Amino acid sequence: MEKRVKFKGWLLPALLIAPQVVISAVFFFYPAGQAIWQSLFIPDPFGLSMQYVGLGNFEFLLSDRFYRASFVTTAVFSILVTLCSMIPALFLAVIADRLIKGSGVYRTLLIWPYAVAPAVAGVLWLFMFNTRVGVVSWYLGQLGYDWNHVLNGGEAMGLVVVASAWGRISYNFLFFFAALQAVPKSVIEAAAIDGAHFWRRFWTIVLPLLSPTTFFLLVVNIVYSFFETFGVIHTITAGGPQQTTTILVYKVYSDGFVSQDLGSSSAQSVILLVVVGLLTVLQFKFIEKRVHY
Amino acid sequence: MKKSILGALAVSTMLSPVAAMAQTEVQFWHAFTGRLGELVAAQVEEFNASQSDYVVVQSHKGNYSETLNSGIAAFRAGEHPHILMVFEVGTATMMSAQGATRPVYEVMAQSGATFDPNAYIGSVKGYYTTTDGDMLSLPFNSSTPVLWVNRDAFEAAGVDPDTDLSTWQNVGETLTALQAGGSECPLVTAWQSWIHLENFSAYHDVPFASQDNGFAGLDTELMLNGEAQVAHLTAMGEWAQDGKFIYTGRRNEGGANFRSGECALFTESSAGYAGIKAEAEFDFDVRALPYWEGVGNGPQNTIIGGASLWVMEGHEDAEYAGVGEFLAFLSSSDVQAQWHQDTGYLPITAEAGEATRAAGFYEENPGTDIAVIQMTANEPTANSKGLRLGSFDQIRGIIDEELEAIWAGDKTAQEAMDSAKERGDALLRRFEAANG
Repeated sequence: MEKRVKFKGWLLPALLIAPQVVISAVFFFYPAGQAIWQSLFIPDPFGLSMQYVGLGNFEFLLSDRFYRASFVTTAVFSILVTLCSMIPALFLAVIADRLIKGSGVYRTLLIWPYAVAPAVAGVLWLFMFNTRVGVVSWYLGQLGYDWNHVLNGGEAMGLVVVASAWGRISYNFLFFFAALQAVPKSVIEAAAIDGAHFWRRFWTIVLPLLSPTTFFLLVVNIVYSFFETFGVIHTITAGGPQQTTTILVYKVYSDGFVSQDLGSSSAQSVILLVVVGLLTVLQFKFIEKRVHY
Repeated sequence: MKKSILGALAVSTMLSPVAAMAQTEVQFWHAFTGRLGELVAAQVEEFNASQSDYVVVQSHKGNYSETLNSGIAAFRAGEHPHILMVFEVGTATMMSAQGATRPVYEVMAQSGATFDPNAYIGSVKGYYTTTDGDMLSLPFNSSTPVLWVNRDAFEAAGVDPDTDLSTWQNVGETLTALQAGGSECPLVTAWQSWIHLENFSAYHDVPFASQDNGFAGLDTELMLNGEAQVAHLTAMGEWAQDGKFIYTGRRNEGGANFRSGECALFTESSAGYAGIKAEAEFDFDVRALPYWEGVGNGPQNTIIGGASLWVMEGHEDAEYAGVGEFLAFLSSSDVQAQWHQDTGYLPITAEAGEATRAAGFYEENPGTDIAVIQMTANEPTANSKGLRLGSFDQIRGIIDEELEAIWAGDKTAQEAMDSAKERGDALLRRFEAANG
């Protein structure tokens, strides 16, 4: 059964979609168009002159092995951040959902980290894991583990993942918690009467009912890990050591706004635009099919 | 509460335009915080109090890179300041931006302020002067790397703190002795590329890049994978593997380790003086930067780091007159001598250096003149005049990455520097294309 409203004439529908079209045009089409235009040039930082290079910026990027490696880094980073922010959030939401008393307090405490700006969160984690004065690295040292994320790429990646995922757990928790509250109690009670224990009920009833929320969060978290984590990376590792934590968006930021190479930065934005577009299509084509609304 | 904030806002917005109307305003953007920020503010205040025609308004715009980027972004938006502090790494970028900057020698000539280019110390001035001898930007804070010694840490490890540390050969032996004596951090460094490659090359009189380190043209290529540099980094890499050299980060993170007393030796800018003097609870002294006996022509002279003041184009003539007055004030002997003594930055005029010596400052604070001596020991050669490379902030980033690969033992020094050259040259070609 289709729910579709039929309008007479075109004025009203045009008027209704106009705000969305205007917003997309101003905040998406115009800047995206500019990025595509700029990616064909090497401008000087002050905007005094521009050299037309055709696809030279793309050639320069794709022949850079560090740029190619950055795709893998981004994939690893995004998957880890998404997993590390969704699984604990779901776990906490399930636990909080079972609480009868004091769930308000838990909720508030769990939501707090979301209020911390990414760059600030980055500095907080950096303090704890500072190789010399950090509390956590000191305890690790006591246990005989020499923590050094300034030289060890794996540790640096771990640290930026945790710092990026941390604040995000709160956000995911909120959605999972709300979704859990919406799971009809009668279904669960019926299963309980049939003798299904907690985890069985969770796997066969709750999780499938959560799938629309899970899918939504998956998309939102991947977008987050792509685009909103550069504050964390900038404060903790600045992309190092040896570019092991340079994700695509961080490179756009650092080449464009730190190094003033606007041509290369624009070319990277264009590549990123294509990547994210493909990713979104893939997600909706393959994963959404498994979602039950 | 809210009302009082609103009130304060209203008062401050009412007051500032009044002040600006009476006098010509000169905007000055800089990168200093903390103690240095206070000292800059004091200089500006002193200038404002000394005359009534101009008022200089100083604002802090973040670290060096951020200040440069704010200046560039502001220029694109037409909101740029009159004076912008740019670190030495951004010099080539500013020099290529003809139309965005007004050379200091021109500003001074137009404003009629007293200006004698010969008063400035050659090795400082050279960095910011064209090959024709025209000064493009005013050297403001210049420093050079030296070796800081924690004498207490030496004693604790049973090593004589007066050991000769003038050569890296001696330092190598000392590091071994320190480690054997129980030191957990024999050597730490700040600004690894600046000290262990850029200054290293100048100090040993070997080229860092072709075309006289970029002074002679934009078609320059990195030469940091030479024999001398690779030998030094190989030794440093071995020390890193053995735990004799502790790597703490790309900027001056190591300062915290040294000031807390953890590390015995620290290669850092002479301007580390203010911080070390304020915080160190141990006996320290300053030595000249070590050199390798028998490598290149060491010790030549070291080069500067720090920043200079660039005058931006596109303001009123009357305002440029104010800029000229302010720059002349900053170069005056008293202001410079005070700045040098407070911060450990080099004096930019010979006169200020002599005034400091005459006041007995060097005798009371032994070692504070080492940086000056080290910089001015020899007439600079083509290899030791400084560096003028485009996109150099990015190139330093590449060098940092490659050095990290050496310290972690992932690459040999030769592999890392070959790779740094290849990647850096690609950026130099882009810069040449954009500015050629």
